[in-house]
Amino acid sequence: MSAPLLQLTNVTVRFGGLTAVSKLDFQLGTDELVGLIGPNGAGKTTLFNLVTGVYRPTEGEIIFDGQSIVGHRPHRITAHGIARTFQNIRLFGSMTVFDNVRAAFHLHVVSGIAHALRRGKVFREEETKIAAQVMEMLELFHLERFGDAPAKSLSYGDQRRLEIVRALATRPKLLLLDEPAAGMNASEKVELMKLIQFIKDKYKIAVLLVEHDMQVVMGICERIAVLDYGIKIAEGAPAEVRKNSKVIEAYLGEEKTIEPQRSRDAEP
Amino acid sequence: MYSGAKRILAIAILAAVVISLCSGFFNRYYLGVAIDIGINIILAVSLNLIVGHTGQFSLGHAGFMAVGGYIAAKLTIVLHGACPPWAQPILFVAALITGGLAAAVAGFAVGVPTLQLRGDYLAIVTLGFGEIIRVIFQTSDTFGAATGLAGIPNWTNFGWAWGFAALTVFTVTCIVNSTYGRGFIAVNDDEIAASAIGINPVRYKVTAFVVGAFFAGIAGGLYAHHKQFLSPTSFDFLKSIDILVMVILGGMGRTAGVIIAAILLTILPEALRSVAEYRMILYSLLIIGIMLARPQGLFTFGKPSHTKV
Repeated sequence: MSAPLLQLTNVTVRFGGLTAVSKLDFQLGTDELVGLIGPNGAGKTTLFNLVTGVYRPTEGEIIFDGQSIVGHRPHRITAHGIARTFQNIRLFGSMTVFDNVRAAFHLHVVSGIAHALRRGKVFREEETKIAAQVMEMLELFHLERFGDAPAKSLSYGDQRRLEIVRALATRPKLLLLDEPAAGMNASEKVELMKLIQFIKDKYKIAVLLVEHDMQVVMGICERIAVLDYGIKIAEGAPAEVRKNSKVIEAYLGEEKTIEPQRSRDAEP
Repeated sequence: MYSGAKRILAIAILAAVVISLCSGFFNRYYLGVAIDIGINIILAVSLNLIVGHTGQFSLGHAGFMAVGGYIAAKLTIVLHGACPPWAQPILFVAALITGGLAAAVAGFAVGVPTLQLRGDYLAIVTLGFGEIIRVIFQTSDTFGAATGLAGIPNWTNFGWAWGFAALTVFTVTCIVNSTYGRGFIAVNDDEIAASAIGINPVRYKVTAFVVGAFFAGIAGGLYAHHKQFLSPTSFDFLKSIDILVMVILGGMGRTAGVIIAAILLTILPEALRSVAEYRMILYSLLIIGIMLARPQGLFTFGKPSHTKV
């Protein structure tokens, strides 16, 4: 394997006396789809916040695309190529669906205030181009008919999808999804799995998925890392992780194999 | 789709100048009120960028106005004697812009240290800032101290006031309605999400303060050359509140509404002069009434969508 896209080495973060993530080593390749699971409070979202610059690690190194990103602020990290969604959807509520995506093109526009005021050729061409690209993305993700609707008026599943589209509009190399299946019903989950797979194939990017829903994680992830109390207790292919005794103990507190759900899984 | 705005600006400025040339035919009192309206539009629309679009609750707008007003007035008082009549407009514009730039520097000075603050905390800090500015001018002999600054040439006419008002509306509208400008609203809606899509909230907040303060400074300069006399008390925090009321009444982030509110709230106190001592009570009651009837702002239509710029 070539150099990993994201590499965490010996990363520790403490909040006062609490160690939220402890001596974590983790790697992610350029086109991998990796799941990050663990019980509540295991440090999954903390890990996301470390990678996206919301928190700064107490110790350790985070290398993204050959460059240390420790201490960079969130908007700089997005510019490096890491985009994320949030556990509790964070859309720009007062803006339309179209503008939510348009705002995310911000990183790739050359027009600033001066251009906006002069309204010259560069500005007009760029704005027209962006409008076309936004519409293209909305169509790709079946949101085009909501273009002019306020983002808050969308259904829950559509809001989730819009948040992902907005993240993709920043043209990331790595997409972090924080519990995208939370609050979704069974059919929405199936849609979501298809969507994540589609994004990965279409944009050829790496995806790191924090998820509680085993059906989703086991269903699409190529590799799974398991956190418990800030420590990585297991890592490997879904089938291996499922049988790992430490994982089972962390989740269920007893020795018992997680039964694959009959409805969807043909594995032995 | 993006070319109409400049033409509208040109037409608006032209109209302002033409009306201004005919101003001899109008009643001087009405003309004065009309100039006040133009100045208030500049103030309200520029504050709308800070409060309405970017969501930073500022009570220091009168402070920025004072900086611009005093600097511009001092410049023309000192220089207008040496200035031939044909060069007066040049000196006037130069003085206004210098005042605006000084106010922009003040905006930067307020914007940077207050970045971490939001809502009522920011309001208190900006309120304090506005008062500091006022007290500085009140104690400075160069600027006439408490007696005020007199002898300012009467250069502000309808054309200047409404021309700059058109320019302000154009600037704020164009900035906000660009892909770049969506960042202001994004920061207002959700700062964390904004930085997650690569928007630097710090930069946008400071920019809003600087641009907003610049136009408040211009308005201050126009005000100075309209009233021909500046007193520190004309820039107390009640003035800031007046401007803020225009923004809230017009609807946060709705430029059209804010303009209409600025017009309405300038005319209202004048129209109520006939009831003399009950004037301010009626004025306040009307504001309360409007707020109760339209809490979302006077005019919620005409929110710009992406299709019309």
